[in-house]
Amino acid sequence: MDGAAPTAGEIAAMVPRLRRYAVALVGSIPDADDLVQDVMERALASREALRDPSRLYAWLLAILHNLHASGHRRRRRRGPEVPVEDLADALALSTAPTDRSAVRDLVRAMARLPEDQRRILLLSALEGLSYRDLSEVLEIPMGTVMSRLARARERLRVMMEGGEQQVVRRIR
Amino acid sequence: MTASDNDFDDGSDGPVTEAELHAWMDGELPPGRRAAVERHLAGHPEDAARLGSYRRAADLIADAYAPLATMPAPEAPRRPKWSWRPAAAAAAALLLFVAGGATGWAVRGGGPAAVVDSNTQVAREAAAAHSVFATEVRHPVEVAADQETHLVTWLSRRLGEKLTAPQLAPLGFELMGGRLLSVEQGPAAQLMYQDRNGRRLTVYLRRCPVSSDTAFRIAEVGRVTALYWHERGVTWAIAGDVDRGLLQDAAHRVYAAFNS
Repeated sequence: MDGAAPTAGEIAAMVPRLRRYAVALVGSIPDADDLVQDVMERALASREALRDPSRLYAWLLAILHNLHASGHRRRRRRGPEVPVEDLADALALSTAPTDRSAVRDLVRAMARLPEDQRRILLLSALEGLSYRDLSEVLEIPMGTVMSRLARARERLRVMMEGGEQQVVRRIR
Repeated sequence: MTASDNDFDDGSDGPVTEAELHAWMDGELPPGRRAAVERHLAGHPEDAARLGSYRRAADLIADAYAPLATMPAPEAPRRPKWSWRPAAAAAAALLLFVAGGATGWAVRGGGPAAVVDSNTQVAREAAAAHSVFATEVRHPVEVAADQETHLVTWLSRRLGEKLTAPQLAPLGFELMGGRLLSVEQGPAAQLMYQDRNGRRLTVYLRRCPVSSDTAFRIAEVGRVTALYWHERGVTWAIAGDVDRGLLQDAAHRVYAAFNS
């Protein structure tokens, strides 16, 4: 079915995966559910625009990133950021007791990363995207994929292992 | 972004760059450079340790957020203004029948009530879990098939049901492993199988005490087809993006494995 727009069912099949990514990116289940609903709405309304069905998930991610970027500004106007503690609790409770504190630390640290670093870490580690796919989905050159990924990993490591110390000098 | 973003020079230590270390860890390094990077790591244990730490963080990210695939939403979608926007209503319906079907959302105060019998709900959970985990490259399963005894004991204990991993090898599908999932009603198990062409089938099951025994039924969610049935307190589903004939053959084998 090359060139055919995705069906509603094909878009729907992506919801669980998209929702998982959205929650991890946004740091809040209710906000992510709102966001995913907006993405679905936008995708269904403009699915004729997608010419290459094999890029369905990448296309949904692009819509999600755009909507989140604009919605994020709205939310900042509205007031304080959503608490990540609810998500940290929810995820810690779904994990083995020995891993709980690591999961909490991770969720808190992820929330403190700049958005572009959080995106690339999640797309790589959670979504398993290759460098090429990262470059395509984030619309950045390969060189930037690698430097951003390296910087994000190092920053997360410093936060997880050493609190607020200086981020490495080796990545300038 | 500035030009310095691409500057990965490792200082005085030689030609291996920071970007190459990451590419090596991610399996993205051109084969010609592997030996150089491995030599560098052997001579720089602090870099090897740092990469180890990145890898553990990546594993932690994958594991920590995995439960979101089946975690129930804490409340219904909050905006009641859908009715006059057809695309929004359709989007809401999709959420209900996919995420919602899997996790038990309901629309508050009217709207299309998702009244679903509990076996059908299990089939939707199975399809949702299949869409999420069968596409995983790095972490398709939580416990791999080479630890089959451990896997089976662990899942049996958590489900409170004695399991054996059904053999689908005659159909060309080998067991990859399995994982434990949690839904509102309690624990669920997923076993994953793969054939030579990388096609994957998942077997999903959980206790569903209120149901009575059923024949095989079929549910479709997007591309994923799930064949499901209830037998003595447990609802089973086998899900895949494959033709129904193959699913039926697989279902008969799974059914036979538990009723022999």
